[in-house]
Amino acid sequence: MGLSLGRAPRRATLLLVVLGLLWGLWEGWRWVGMHFALTWPFTVDDITMPHLHKIVQALFQPAQVNGPWLLDILWHASLFTAKESAVGLALGAVIGFAIAVVVSQSRILERGFIPYVVASQTIPLLAIAPMVVVGLGSKGITDWVSVCVLAAYLTFFPVTINTLRGLQSADPRAVELMHSYAAGRWRILWKLRVPAAMPFLFSAFRIAAPLSIVGAIISEPSASIQGGLGGAIVNFNQYYSIEPQELWATNLIAALLGIAFFLAIVGAERLVVRRAPEHVA
Amino acid sequence: MSVVELRDVSKVFEQGQTVALQGIDLAIEAGEFISLIGPSGCGKSTLLRTIGDLVQPTSGTIVVNGKSAQRARRDRDYGIVFQDPVLYDWRTVAKNIALPLEMLGWNRTRRARRVQEMLELVELGGFEGHHPWQLSGGMQQRVSIARALSFSPALLLMDEPFGALDEMTRERLNIELLRIWQETSSTIVFVTHSISEAVFLSTRVVVMSARPGRIAELIDVDLPQPRTAETREEARYFELVTAVREALAHGGADRIVEETL
Repeated sequence: MGLSLGRAPRRATLLLVVLGLLWGLWEGWRWVGMHFALTWPFTVDDITMPHLHKIVQALFQPAQVNGPWLLDILWHASLFTAKESAVGLALGAVIGFAIAVVVSQSRILERGFIPYVVASQTIPLLAIAPMVVVGLGSKGITDWVSVCVLAAYLTFFPVTINTLRGLQSADPRAVELMHSYAAGRWRILWKLRVPAAMPFLFSAFRIAAPLSIVGAIISEPSASIQGGLGGAIVNFNQYYSIEPQELWATNLIAALLGIAFFLAIVGAERLVVRRAPEHVA
Repeated sequence: MSVVELRDVSKVFEQGQTVALQGIDLAIEAGEFISLIGPSGCGKSTLLRTIGDLVQPTSGTIVVNGKSAQRARRDRDYGIVFQDPVLYDWRTVAKNIALPLEMLGWNRTRRARRVQEMLELVELGGFEGHHPWQLSGGMQQRVSIARALSFSPALLLMDEPFGALDEMTRERLNIELLRIWQETSSTIVFVTHSISEAVFLSTRVVVMSARPGRIAELIDVDLPQPRTAETREEARYFELVTAVREALAHGGADRIVEETL
């Protein structure tokens, strides 16, 4: 742990260097594209690639005359979408975990059930969104809850698949050891298989966390929610050909939200998973 | 009373029709230290696992502590130690040792007290808060032994417990194991590849031959107790090592004759 003090500044430097490189790449490509009038793979102009500083500037300007800063709007939209995504992620994690635990109890159940779990992910979210929104709406449930359900629909899948692998990853001799203690199925599950699955569970959460945000953003328009990032994206889409930097700025904020979720998972993993250092990614 | 009694035990594995064990008769008395030795594939690990009810014999009967092997396992009559320590990475040393005690429903204070006793027994005091990966191989195996002994089983089954360790660590742990065996007055069944280890530790060596796995010879080890590093220098020790080696060679020779017939 003593090393982390020296590591923090080094990491910050690395982050700045990478950000600088990305900025240089963007602006460099823009300059080359405009200078040589490239049309492949796309025409470079102020619409397709606005200056990065313009995108950042847009955050600190009102989106509408006399309105609040764009950053202010997007901050509130992010909080709203973050709430939907967090609830959706939690819901998806619980459901995904529960399915894996149930299915892991029998080979037949696994063979019979998992194909449907896989099939569920081939149905586009947009196709089931109206059903969920109308269905839950008719029961008088608040619209943002249906967004959570749709986000959960995306996130449960990696959780189920990874948990299942994790539950089966327990050392066979450790299982024998549990048998020697006369441990039953549930004891083996809770004392051995679930703890052994934790690293697998967290790699699923790493995938599921940004996915929950994508799910929420895509589902918001279906639920006619204006206040989230999805609403903001739909709104700024309409002005893209005039003021592209506002949509770009929204995308930037959505990406930052995704990174924040990812880092929250990494942090939780550090707290929960006790593993040999080489196992900690 | 015999702690373990095997009568005409055979085991045929379905895949490939391998006869792992054939006609095993063996009685192990309370307080004995029995080593099972033989070439790879002679079924010595399988034999150990049948005693522990982790493998079911194809035929024959196994009596452990006067009851069926399954009943004995359910009553937690034995502790087991594998070649690899099989510790839980996510548990500290103390919690690894406490695992069987949790199964037995012991409360926290009682568990903590026993864990301390066990740490002293295997000389790992001060390491209770460490995680397995922070320990050397030899220390990990001592934790594994402490875990197997924590609930004071009458019988300790050990499957090549020191096989993955270097020679020096192995010899030190041999002496430690003998001390623990005498302090806890348990019965030990010990699988090994090493002739010298078998002779040094045991009160009796069971020499097995391979394909099919059967008992070739039983050799009583009449070396005086307690055994020390000097025991390895006694003339009688060398005689017994030679006896086991010849029995092993003989078992192998039998097999060659059978195969040519």
